[in-house]
Amino acid sequence: MSTGTLRIALVGNPNCGKTALFNQLTGGRQKVANYAGVTVERKEGRFTAPSGRVLQILDLPGTYSFDATSPDEQITRNVLEGNYPGEAAPDLIVCVADATNLRLHLRFVLEVKRLGRPVVLALNMMDTARRRGIEIDVDELQRRLGMPVVETVAVKRGGARALIERVDGEVPVAASALPDDAVSRAGLHAQVRTLLDATVRMPRATSALDDALDRWALHPVFGLLILAVVMFLVFQAVYSFGKPMSDAIGDGFDWIGAHLSIWLPAGPLQGLLKDGICTGLGTVLGFLPEILVLFFFILTLEESGYLPRAAFLLDRMMLSVGLTGRSFIPLLSSFACAIPGIMGTRSIQDPRDRLTTILVAPLMTCSARLPVYALLIGAFIPMHRVWGIFNLQGLVLFALYLAGILGAMLVGWVIKHMRKDRSEHALLMELPSYRVPQPRDVVIGLWERGAIFLKRLTGVILALTVIMWFISTFPSPPAGAAGPAIDYSIAGYLGRGLQYVFAPLGFNWQISLSLIPAFAARETAVAALATVYAVGGDAAAGGLAHALTTNFSLASALSLLVWFAFAPQCMSTLAVIRRETNSWRNVAISFSYMFAVAYAASLITYQVARLFL
Amino acid sequence: MRLSELPKGASAVVERVEDTHDNDPIAQRLRDLGFVEGERVRLVARGPIGADPLLVQIGYTRFALRRSEAARVSVQQEQA
Repeated sequence: MSTGTLRIALVGNPNCGKTALFNQLTGGRQKVANYAGVTVERKEGRFTAPSGRVLQILDLPGTYSFDATSPDEQITRNVLEGNYPGEAAPDLIVCVADATNLRLHLRFVLEVKRLGRPVVLALNMMDTARRRGIEIDVDELQRRLGMPVVETVAVKRGGARALIERVDGEVPVAASALPDDAVSRAGLHAQVRTLLDATVRMPRATSALDDALDRWALHPVFGLLILAVVMFLVFQAVYSFGKPMSDAIGDGFDWIGAHLSIWLPAGPLQGLLKDGICTGLGTVLGFLPEILVLFFFILTLEESGYLPRAAFLLDRMMLSVGLTGRSFIPLLSSFACAIPGIMGTRSIQDPRDRLTTILVAPLMTCSARLPVYALLIGAFIPMHRVWGIFNLQGLVLFALYLAGILGAMLVGWVIKHMRKDRSEHALLMELPSYRVPQPRDVVIGLWERGAIFLKRLTGVILALTVIMWFISTFPSPPAGAAGPAIDYSIAGYLGRGLQYVFAPLGFNWQISLSLIPAFAARETAVAALATVYAVGGDAAAGGLAHALTTNFSLASALSLLVWFAFAPQCMSTLAVIRRETNSWRNVAISFSYMFAVAYAASLITYQVARLFL
Repeated sequence: MRLSELPKGASAVVERVEDTHDNDPIAQRLRDLGFVEGERVRLVARGPIGADPLLVQIGYTRFALRRSEAARVSVQQEQA
């Protein structure tokens, strides 16, 4: 036992500081994956103890009990018992408990003890406990629990030393396993009370600072005001830090593309590298800075304990449209881009609520729709003043944003009434103590999100971009052809075929065709339209606007705007839905419902607009 | 009375958690979180819309419960 690898499983209640402890122990040496078939994260790390023994640490999801109502809890229990396929039973369980919240956390410690496996209890956040005047008789607690107890401060350098020394020593003797049934479980609280009476002195049930902050943060008026300010600042940051970096990456790839066309002879290879791979990578990597900036704030808010407060304030509103308070942040992120929004749904534990959030997130007006909106609104909507103060163009843009929000509410409401499972899903959310976010935990979290995005998505998106390039390039136009090359390609034929589908919406074949590349990335619709209308040069945008106004009607333009508000785009979003839900079925549902909604909305818009305009 | 009827700032002692149907997972979860007989609770805050959800302090922990969840807990209000 003293040689070889020691497998340690880290368990504990949510908010016990378990992940911070895991980060402290393993640093950046972590592997993040998913348990097969579910979206529960599996985090593993390793480090070498002073004795030279390698310790392999598994960070299990935070759970309140082994009642196993959620997939996280089932997995945690199965792994600890050694019943999870492909996962060896841990040699040692380290149970982490927040020293300031022992009444809740000790109950879970007792549940873990009943499994009959070797356990060490880590009393975490001992520094905060001391500051708050909480006294814990560790020796007595150790004696009564019958397991080794060590003190840790996960957020301080060297704060896990006692734990490392303990797990590096002899594996403690396990208590005998006890049967798990409702009756004995009901007795656990009584045991906790006895333990607390004998070992813990608590001058005050809560932290005075938390009480003071919550009086403001949860105030019916000021609370909402604070939330609005926080969100406003986050969005400002995304646009003022993330957007320029994204644009720079896009420009960088354009530059590489431009040089490729100088170095390489014109032909399919140049086309593939320049229009396929370069453009594709540029699109994918262009998302990265905005995603990282957004996640920086989400992680910071999460670490600080503010996120559950935001969920508390908005839960009622979200519930009425089939969502939960926890859906708010992911949906808000989707206004920048649906990808971080969908990735952010990981903070929603309930699988049903999470799926609903993922399905409606793409309806939020993301920043990639803006170039299309800007082009069409600029070309078709006059600069009228409405009631003296409003600008008609601005009103149309606002209406499109509103359409996305109302659409999401409607879809959420429909999903709520359509699903077979009508059972009540709980909020039951703990509002943890406020904490100063630790740079290390934020950096590790960011690194993980970034890696997931790049590793898992780049392949899919790149493949799709190359396919898109292929169908818009081949077959090449015959010699002496007059029209643009895309006209003769597979995409050209598809566009003309799609025209029959889209004619009732007022789309001509050029628009139908531009919808194909728009599926890769919305903003490319503008470039595609420019190509098919064969306008080029520096005045492309102005020229294009002119070409559009002469080629199609206001009714068509309105219909196209509505289409972009709801249509199933872009494929990166669909790829991230696949990745986050592990199911092509959800991708299909998402694609088809958005197609149906977009089609119906555009059809109504076009037909009604034609009557009046 | 029900926990959902407790006035803001008031304290009470839990009597029991009632299942709304057989094997009610929410009731079970409430019991796991410490809503058991004899435990003191306090209503700390209420949500801005429809006074929902409720923020309940139990032991050293604060939980946000929707009214329908809190209605499962019967309590005896303490006189301040």
